[in-house]
Amino acid sequence: MADSGVTDGLCDTDDIERSKTEGKELTKEEKQRLRKEKKHQKKIKEKKDDAASHEDEKKKKKKKEEKPVGAASQPPTQPSQKVAPAPAPVPVPASETPALADKPAKSKADLKAERRARQESERASKQGKKGDVGQPVPTSKPKAPPSELQPVVKRLPEHVQVDNPDVLKKLAKKLERQQIPLRSDYGYKVSLFSHLHQYSRKAPLTQQLGIPSTVIHPAIVRLGLQYSQGIVAGSNARSVALLHAFKQVIRDYTTPPNEELSRDLVNKLKPYISFLNQCRPLSASMGNAIKYIKKEISNIPSQCKEEEAKSKLLSCIECYINEKIILAAKAIAKYSIEKISDGDVILVYGCSSLVNHILCEAFEKKRKFRVIVVDSRPRLEGREALRRLVQRGISCTYVLISAVSYILPEVSKVFLGAHALLANGYVMSRVGTSQIALVAKAFNVPVLVCCETYKFCERVQTDSFVSNELDDPDELIVTRKGKTQLEHWQEVPSLGLLNLVYDVTPPDFVDLVITDLGMIPCTSVPVVLRVKNVDQ
Amino acid sequence: MPGPDRETDLTERIESFLSDLKRGGSGTGPLRGSAETARETTALLRRITAQARWSSAGDLMEIIRKEGRRMIAAQPSETTVGNMIRRVLKIVREEYARSRGSSEETDQQESLHKLLTSGGLSEENFRQHFTALKANVIEAINELLTELEGTTDNIAMQALEHIHSNEVIMTIGRSRTAEAFLKDAARKRKFHVIVAECAPFCQGHEMATSLSKAGIETTVIADAAIFAVMSRVNKVIIGTQTVLANGGLRAVNGTHTLALAAKHHSTPLIVCAPMFKLSPQILSKVNVHCPVFDYVPPELITLFISNIGGHAPSYIYRLMSELYHPEDHEL
Repeated sequence: MADSGVTDGLCDTDDIERSKTEGKELTKEEKQRLRKEKKHQKKIKEKKDDAASHEDEKKKKKKKEEKPVGAASQPPTQPSQKVAPAPAPVPVPASETPALADKPAKSKADLKAERRARQESERASKQGKKGDVGQPVPTSKPKAPPSELQPVVKRLPEHVQVDNPDVLKKLAKKLERQQIPLRSDYGYKVSLFSHLHQYSRKAPLTQQLGIPSTVIHPAIVRLGLQYSQGIVAGSNARSVALLHAFKQVIRDYTTPPNEELSRDLVNKLKPYISFLNQCRPLSASMGNAIKYIKKEISNIPSQCKEEEAKSKLLSCIECYINEKIILAAKAIAKYSIEKISDGDVILVYGCSSLVNHILCEAFEKKRKFRVIVVDSRPRLEGREALRRLVQRGISCTYVLISAVSYILPEVSKVFLGAHALLANGYVMSRVGTSQIALVAKAFNVPVLVCCETYKFCERVQTDSFVSNELDDPDELIVTRKGKTQLEHWQEVPSLGLLNLVYDVTPPDFVDLVITDLGMIPCTSVPVVLRVKNVDQ
Repeated sequence: MPGPDRETDLTERIESFLSDLKRGGSGTGPLRGSAETARETTALLRRITAQARWSSAGDLMEIIRKEGRRMIAAQPSETTVGNMIRRVLKIVREEYARSRGSSEETDQQESLHKLLTSGGLSEENFRQHFTALKANVIEAINELLTELEGTTDNIAMQALEHIHSNEVIMTIGRSRTAEAFLKDAARKRKFHVIVAECAPFCQGHEMATSLSKAGIETTVIADAAIFAVMSRVNKVIIGTQTVLANGGLRAVNGTHTLALAAKHHSTPLIVCAPMFKLSPQILSKVNVHCPVFDYVPPELITLFISNIGGHAPSYIYRLMSELYHPEDHEL
């Protein structure tokens, strides 16, 4: 290592010569190459959080830690150089050392080939950046198996770090760069939730945009407004609306001269996604849909003509909607109908498009059952579900969530929809779902959750505090008997209103999850995720 | 003649009380809390004792029972009326027994064995006439009234024993007892209160404004968020409409869900209920087809705080026997 310290910065050929004889120097050489490569990668993949970039980050961290160690051991301890890095870095986790041991174990021919590959990728990245997207993926794939078990350093999403001023500053800078207005928080936030945003419905982001907006496509502006005002609500509806808006964007897109469609279109989409995120935080299903689109766009070969590329993308999106949402709903309905028997009393909560679909299908198949719709303030979404079911002719009862323990003895099954299924088996859904599951468990009523696989999410969460959405607090205000008690809540310093949107249900309350892949227990969600990742 | 005037006056008062009850309706009427109802009932019973015509204890009890049944019929969900009537009946019995001689006092149910096997006083006539009975009964009812007036304060005084600093306390709906309890603790300690609004009447809003005006850090949540927020709550303190003989509760809509959520997180559930809310009826959920109230079984309750101290739910049956005579359970 002492030698490499001296020759640090000298021409590459010298290093390459030395590397033929001393395997340990090669590690430093690789470090440099990897660092350069990573810099390129980081510029492109800012928002992607796939395993490759994490792994690279992790390696970078490793290398950073090893470098000071290498520098410290410069005074002659040459023979023991290989061993020194292993015991010396005490804070470095043990899992790094097997990976470190891997490198000297590889043959020199392999290392040379890898070096060549990296040089190629750098050259390609200097020319047209497209190469980088393709290259790092195959080089990191062979390393993927050992790193799966290594601790992954994930970047925390911005929307759960509102109490951190640095993160807010970064966000403001990013939005300024993208020319999107920053939405400001509204009202007094309950201290337990000071790490989350709280926006007001009455101040949508679109009011701060000029007309016409040159930066954001009008379909996206309209979509953002629909999201923030709650006109489009429900995770399936939001995803489908998003995909349709993106289709419009793609149709209207023309590649500027000297740009690649695959590279430029992804960049065009970023400010739109930031804008939509500001209007209303993205849901897990929307996140997965966006990942899919970005991947599809990036995989467009450079020699493809624009019209062809666009039509290919449009058909991809159509296919995604069809497969993941429409056909999945049909499959789930088919499985669920087996679980509905004649004479059942089914309890549903709020308005889940999937559960409504299932009930309507079951009714068409001439099953005899009646439905109890449970609703809650302040959204009162159950009324919409009630309207849809009654239109079909299903006999329904309507109660508020506080009466759930009163009517539950008559109920035979509970069907719940989900917003996302988390990797630790928790179900993230509309606030109140966990309450219904709890009371149902207390009365020994089976709880079935219906969820498409595209809503499966790699996050883990155990309570409803660390990551949630805070809706407009003014929605809780109500007038009863002519008096509005909370009208001037802002003037009272110690009074706060909390309007949560989501909550998480522990897996022990849920008996079965019905997905398009079949009926699985809650704890099998990470297995499905693993299978999905391998497929992709 | 003073007699008939007094009688008409008396009947007028009774009628006006009954119509008040009918209009009032479970505490959502014109500022009528259960404490007020209890006080007014007792005052009216004292008036009846003073002004109605009766010669022996048995007559008095008959009159009280008759009027009592009418009052209960006017507003069946307001159980404090029935409770006060039973209390006064017990007072009459005791005074009668005392006048006859102290031998009857030892017949009080002292042990579980006696409770289960005893059949009450040996002679049921109550036909003997005692001149001092009226004065004694009125004096006893006055004592009862003083006790009623002090209940909320007595309960509130115990607040500091149960609330420590920086706690997060959850409550539901509007209970004047719980409100006084929390406000008293807030004078010396700082803590945070989360109020579930309790739709559709949303009485939680009133509770929240009143608590925040007293300087307590308050948050209003929707009913749907009770379980979501429960993991951060240290204690649940609620009031109730009635305490049943088995230690269960008849409380406002949504309390059962709250109790289940508290049980799941092993959070203690404390009920602040003055003694006049104890009702000798054992109701099962099926009887009450009134979704304004929830039945909460005794296994979900940790502690009852009443004006005479704290008790476990298993002790309620004991208190019942001290307050009411078994014969009066069915009026």
